[in-house]
Amino acid sequence: MKYKPIRKVVSGNYAAAYAAKHARVEVVAAYPITPQTSIIEKIAEFISNGEVENLQYVPVESEHSAMAACIGASAAGARAFTATSAQGLALMHEMLHWASGARLPIVMVDVNRAMAPPWSVWDDQTDSLAQRDTGWMQFYAENNQEVYDGVLMAFKVAETVNLPAMVVESAFILSHTYDIVEMIPQELVDEFLPPRKPLYTLTDFDNPIAVGSLGGPNDYYEFRYKIEKAMDDARKVIKEVGKEFGEMFGRDYRQMIELYRTDDADFVFMGMGSLMGTVKQAVDVLREEGYKVGAAKVRWFRPFPKDELYELAKNVEGIAVLDRNFSFGQEGILFNEAKGVLYNTNAHPIIKNYIVGLGGRDFTVNDVKKIAENMKAIIEKGELDVEVDWYHLKR
Amino acid sequence: MNTLFGEKKEGATKIVLKSVDEYPDAPITLGTTLINFTGDWRTFIPVVNNDKCVKCYICWKFCPEPAIYIREDGYVGIDYDYCKGCGICANECPTKAITMEKEEK
Repeated sequence: MKYKPIRKVVSGNYAAAYAAKHARVEVVAAYPITPQTSIIEKIAEFISNGEVENLQYVPVESEHSAMAACIGASAAGARAFTATSAQGLALMHEMLHWASGARLPIVMVDVNRAMAPPWSVWDDQTDSLAQRDTGWMQFYAENNQEVYDGVLMAFKVAETVNLPAMVVESAFILSHTYDIVEMIPQELVDEFLPPRKPLYTLTDFDNPIAVGSLGGPNDYYEFRYKIEKAMDDARKVIKEVGKEFGEMFGRDYRQMIELYRTDDADFVFMGMGSLMGTVKQAVDVLREEGYKVGAAKVRWFRPFPKDELYELAKNVEGIAVLDRNFSFGQEGILFNEAKGVLYNTNAHPIIKNYIVGLGGRDFTVNDVKKIAENMKAIIEKGELDVEVDWYHLKR
Repeated sequence: MNTLFGEKKEGATKIVLKSVDEYPDAPITLGTTLINFTGDWRTFIPVVNNDKCVKCYICWKFCPEPAIYIREDGYVGIDYDYCKGCGICANECPTKAITMEKEEK
């Protein structure tokens, strides 16, 4: 490594706050919601201690307003940041479309939390995945280090393709659990992430513009295509930025799906976020027991890494998709995406959906082992028992 | 900067973009009222009678568009490119110096 990292023991939320500070965000507008609160508290502390220059915190009365303030700030040319969870994210939903539609590279940390009722503050990915179609990019962090790295990379990718990005971490499992995070010295972050060059700005008074004006049937369609084109470009940009991050700081993120011991694997576990840490540990245990298994951690859910999934699916007999989320009336959301991607390809491994960990239900190495036994039996038999398995259900 | 409607042209109100490549990346427009003349919407047209005008400029204050301006001679002028013909000026004028007349097009 060419630099000396600053090692700090921090929670996932503090990692997010430090990343925002190191990214030199200029405007933060947020409303407190458990378990996101400590991100914003830490940023407020940076401001009160005089640790940050040129950072404006906008106190707002709701998440809808928080995103509205970020949109205004970003349209004026500032680097804007916010954070939220679950019901707060749902309240923001309308404004998320405004941000992506206006092509504003806002970065938001969403601390994954289950949607009520019943009231829950624990981990569940349905809140962020419900925002799938808003035109926001989504990065899922496995640990506190990836929360920190993810925010820095999200800004760079977002400002290159002019689309907003969400960095997603697990409630309590990451947000409130302390771990060593290697932080990057400010001058190197500045080198990696130079000041933003906005596509347009409301404060360029020589070129007055109108944002949010009417687009009739003659023009609206083309702007939707432009967003999709930017999402498609983002796949290339994400890989380049991930590679550059690896070369500069030693942690390589060029894979949109991180592959762990998949080279000779018969079947793999695929999932997102913190549960993949458990899965990787289980893979090591299972390998010692003779199972040829691997883990495929989907880092970027939007844009969806289609090509990487196809390359993986070509070489395995089965994929166990672990979904800490559910789309009612259908199936797990990642499972749904994966099946959709593979339908028109030549790769057709046996693919089964395990619904796990909803609302913070504990998911352990032992659970992965049970799933491995089940997958092995299915592959040997050559047919599925059930397509969608509510794994934890009390029967 | 690439804009949705291009520059203001004499007699032209809107440029139709024919290819997706002509569109800007973001749905922004360069001062649409510079190109779109809201005066096109009008049915009735305000006409000022300077014999009755007392230069109080109440019409200038009440105009919801910047369609009324104060001329060098102190009387009010109306920018017919932008006047929508709402009639507020005629309604508010204390001396009834402004009348709304059906516009011949």
